[in-house]
Amino acid sequence: MKETIACRKAFSQTLLELAREDRDLYAVTSDARGSVTLNDFAKQLPDQLIECGIAEQNEIGVAAGMALAGKKVFVCAPAPFLSARGYEQLKLDVAYNRANVKVCGVSGGVSYGTLGTSHHALQDIASTRSLEGLTVLIPSDGAQTRWLTRWMARTEGPVYMRMGRNPVPGLYGPDTEFQVGKAMELKAGQDLSILAAGETVSIALEAARLLEARGISARILDLFSIKPLDTEAILKAARETWAILTVEEHCVYGGLGGMVAEVVSQSYPVPMTIMGLPDEHTYPGESPDVFRHYNLTPEGIAKQAQELFGKKQRQIAVMAKFFQQQEKRLTRITED
Amino acid sequence: MEQKFLLKKAREVRRGICRMVNRAQQGHIGGALSETDYLVALYYHIMKVDPARPDWKDRDRFILSKGHCVEPLYYILADKGFFPREMLDTFSLPGSPLIGHTNREVPGIEMNTGALGHGLSGACGMALAAQKDQADWKVFCLLGDGELAEGSVWEAAMFAGHYHLDRLYLAIDRNRLQISGPTEELMSQEPLAQRFQSFGFDVAECDGNDSAAIIAALEASFHRPGKPHLLILNTLKGKGVSFMEGQTSWHHGRITQEELERALYDLREEED
Ligand SMILES: [Mg+2]
Repeated sequence: MKETIACRKAFSQTLLELAREDRDLYAVTSDARGSVTLNDFAKQLPDQLIECGIAEQNEIGVAAGMALAGKKVFVCAPAPFLSARGYEQLKLDVAYNRANVKVCGVSGGVSYGTLGTSHHALQDIASTRSLEGLTVLIPSDGAQTRWLTRWMARTEGPVYMRMGRNPVPGLYGPDTEFQVGKAMELKAGQDLSILAAGETVSIALEAARLLEARGISARILDLFSIKPLDTEAILKAARETWAILTVEEHCVYGGLGGMVAEVVSQSYPVPMTIMGLPDEHTYPGESPDVFRHYNLTPEGIAKQAQELFGKKQRQIAVMAKFFQQQEKRLTRITED
Repeated sequence: MEQKFLLKKAREVRRGICRMVNRAQQGHIGGALSETDYLVALYYHIMKVDPARPDWKDRDRFILSKGHCVEPLYYILADKGFFPREMLDTFSLPGSPLIGHTNREVPGIEMNTGALGHGLSGACGMALAAQKDQADWKVFCLLGDGELAEGSVWEAAMFAGHYHLDRLYLAIDRNRLQISGPTEELMSQEPLAQRFQSFGFDVAECDGNDSAAIIAALEASFHRPGKPHLLILNTLKGKGVSFMEGQTSWHHGRITQEELERALYDLREEED
């Protein structure tokens, strides 16, 4: 049974279960217990909830200090503020100190919709994955969020995890086992691969169904582990499908597409298309409206996939011609 | 007896700082010299630490928020036996863990700092952890006065007051200078004591270049529970080296061989 639930809820429910069993586990927040859905936690385990007021810099610094004194600390607040206002604390206090702090940002991407750019986190993949020593995670559904939350509680070291605000369809069964650093193949395919993370995974999966009906077989990879990145799965997708489309709820600069391109371009260059949010004022609207505006819909993704598939075929034709010429030349050389 | 030992030790640490900065041809010497007596008071009298067990759970913690003035801390940790003295010769050299800011890879260093305005939040987190465990250990944290312009300092101060973190012992190296000049001209800090009092701190003040006075002030504050503590250390930047005292230009600098000799003369062992 796959459950439809907002990742932040799956997170807070799991965190409460874990905290009941472990008095050294703390949730630290910045007047965000509502947004994170920590109200039950606050009621049931008030001693393990640390309220910092609206002060994300201090919030992350306090968490690092608690962790350096042996506590397991989950910082829980909206991603746009944690990842931007608290960035130097994330870099210095958490990552550089190797503090056992899990910085858990909810309402990432454009979750806050019409609240506008100030409340969007569209830069956090780029900014967090470039921090040495920091693990970066973006779960795509409730089951994965629960598994990753349990993994964070039992694993030492700094993590940034970004979650969305809206309910997302279940993609995995409750007993699915994951591995940080290993992408999940949600659908096999040979014609091209679609790589996504977070809320865009389920949209990509729907796009793959549309493509199937149009005779194109798309592989779907869930890159929930942004760092460490499963370069093996990416290169396998490049070798076996020869075309990669990335879809992200993030600016197209330095995000998921960029990180996949770093791997592909240096080891196995194949045609790529990067879908995400362009470098412009974000279209005003709720997150489905924003997704629709930027074609981050099943149909929009399918369309880009078809174009990419066409590009791949044209490239293959060009290469075939090139190899033919090379072969002729080689034959001539041998005959001479 | 003890006062004599502290004075002697402070002069020794200052000589060590000058040698390190001379060898490395860089270092934040002015602030290092102004904070030395506080560090001597902490590490040779106040704090419970064990060089054989740097990770001892119940140790007192010290966080140097003005992480650029790390030289006396390295010197003292080596002197206490946290790491071999010879390592001091590698200060700021390529490949050495003794970099120009606190580095947790060095035994005895509790937190990496460097960018300003970070140490107090970390210290608050540690003090809160101790409070949650009802543990006996204390957290000491030293800030520079120029650093007080960082907003995060005041977020942390608000937090410390709100949670009555009385295991937190904050000190401010009030040498009234920062890299570009006098603090009161650049960004005024006064009324400093009242500002922290209004955030819920128990505030005391003393001659920050007198280890015995610092010890007396800290020990008195141990008997005032219920609030986080602040000790304002009235200090002289460049203290102990005549040509550096009160000079903005010695915030960071190289020391030539000749300057080193003059400094060592100023800091020479005095007859009993
Ligand atoms: Mg100063």
